[in-house]
Amino acid sequence: MKDRVRVIDATKYFDKVLALRNVNITVRTGEVVLVIGPSGSGKSTLLRCVNRLENLNKGKIWIDEDEVTKPKADIRKIREEVGMVFQSFNLFPHLTAIQNITLAPHIVKKIPEKQAVEKARALLNRVGLIEKADSYPGQLSGGQQQRVAIARALAMDPRVMLFDEPTSALDPEMIKEVLDVMLDLAREGMTMLVVSHEMGFAKAAANKVIFMDNGEVIESADPETLFNNPHEERTKKFLAHIL
Amino acid sequence: MAEVKKPKIEITDGALIPGKDSDAVFSAWRISFFGALSLIILLPIITPDPYRRIIAFLPDGILRTFEVTVLSIFFAFFIGLITGLGRISRIKIINRIATIYVEVIRGIPLLVQIFYIYYALGRFLKIPDIASAVIAMAVCYGAYLGEIFRAGIQSIPKGQMEAALALGMSRSQALRRIILPQTIRLVLPPVGNEFIALLKDSSLVSILAVSDLLRRGREFASRTFDYFETYTMVALIYLVITLFLSRLVAIMEERLQKGER
Repeated sequence: MKDRVRVIDATKYFDKVLALRNVNITVRTGEVVLVIGPSGSGKSTLLRCVNRLENLNKGKIWIDEDEVTKPKADIRKIREEVGMVFQSFNLFPHLTAIQNITLAPHIVKKIPEKQAVEKARALLNRVGLIEKADSYPGQLSGGQQQRVAIARALAMDPRVMLFDEPTSALDPEMIKEVLDVMLDLAREGMTMLVVSHEMGFAKAAANKVIFMDNGEVIESADPETLFNNPHEERTKKFLAHIL
Repeated sequence: MAEVKKPKIEITDGALIPGKDSDAVFSAWRISFFGALSLIILLPIITPDPYRRIIAFLPDGILRTFEVTVLSIFFAFFIGLITGLGRISRIKIINRIATIYVEVIRGIPLLVQIFYIYYALGRFLKIPDIASAVIAMAVCYGAYLGEIFRAGIQSIPKGQMEAALALGMSRSQALRRIILPQTIRLVLPPVGNEFIALLKDSSLVSILAVSDLLRRGREFASRTFDYFETYTMVALIYLVITLFLSRLVAIMEERLQKGER
């Protein structure tokens, strides 16, 4: 398998505060990599650097053959092919579910309206929300909104999907419906970099789990090893808190 | 005249005030609106002299007031939108220009601005009365609306812009498609209130040779010396118009609140 995402020696400061320190991560094509760690450990920042919502101070990030962090990189082109799902969904409240999905393919990729709608309907069907196509986000539950948000990202045919704590803002009974969609994606071979503490999802879908603390990668292993036999003291401590 | 913007105070502790009194507000509105309206209708019937002559003399002025107001609103809206965008621009020079414009204009009374454009600038280029009135009001209210638009744009959650950018949209696409449509809805009520203030302030242009409602009243009164009767009528007409418009804004606000989220 080829490397899809390579993060090399990534270092990032917010003002004087260190957010990432020499982070190295590889996500292979078709792999699902989960990032866990206490809040403020830099996991979200790492994700946001991959599609340049934040800029690194040092280090490089590659997606396939394209260097994301190159100053002259066509960020928009890269972002088109990197799907992102946010903790707070960030659906566009003035657009219906289907319009949320068709807007970017139509105005960014210049796909004809009719084709974009067809594809959006297929995606809504896939996330089980075809009957909500014409609902506004305000009329949907959190779980439904997040599923539309996933469909919105998929509509751009991304090479990799970034999930930034996709279930943390959800009520417990809605978490499963979102994880199920993510599991489906994983099974179909989508390359995914996921910030989440969902152990069930990790065990079912993750090829690798990375534990971060204080902006550093402390430990990385397959889920079985990392959850059951962590090497590092800090990892043990953290797992004791969340398990 | 430029009004001081009072911050909207929200009292969360409902125990201090007897509930949200929208009924009381509404009935106060009804008393003033229908009271004023019936006075406008009844006075000419009860005392035809001079009220009937006054009421026949004023309509031209009302039309002129509307004309000045609508034109000013139209231009002020676009100036305000551009100013608001300028105030959030990341290009320093644009940001600076927009900020200076807002600061300078808000610091000068509208009456002085009207004088300035008509008399002071009038020395260099001849601007027709109505045009100078409209320019002065649009420039002045453009600054106020600019601040409303800026606040509106900044109150849209940051995640909206991020989500748009993450989908590959450019900043301007995101602004046009995502941020501004949400902003417009949000600022409609405050912008509506600004329009009502503008309508009232349009009476200031009566000092130019613009025959608006107030000026027509003045012309009538100085001929017949019916100052009390004339200005009573003028005040009542302004009152009915602004109360009517403020009701429209209130209804719009209610609708928007219900529709959203």
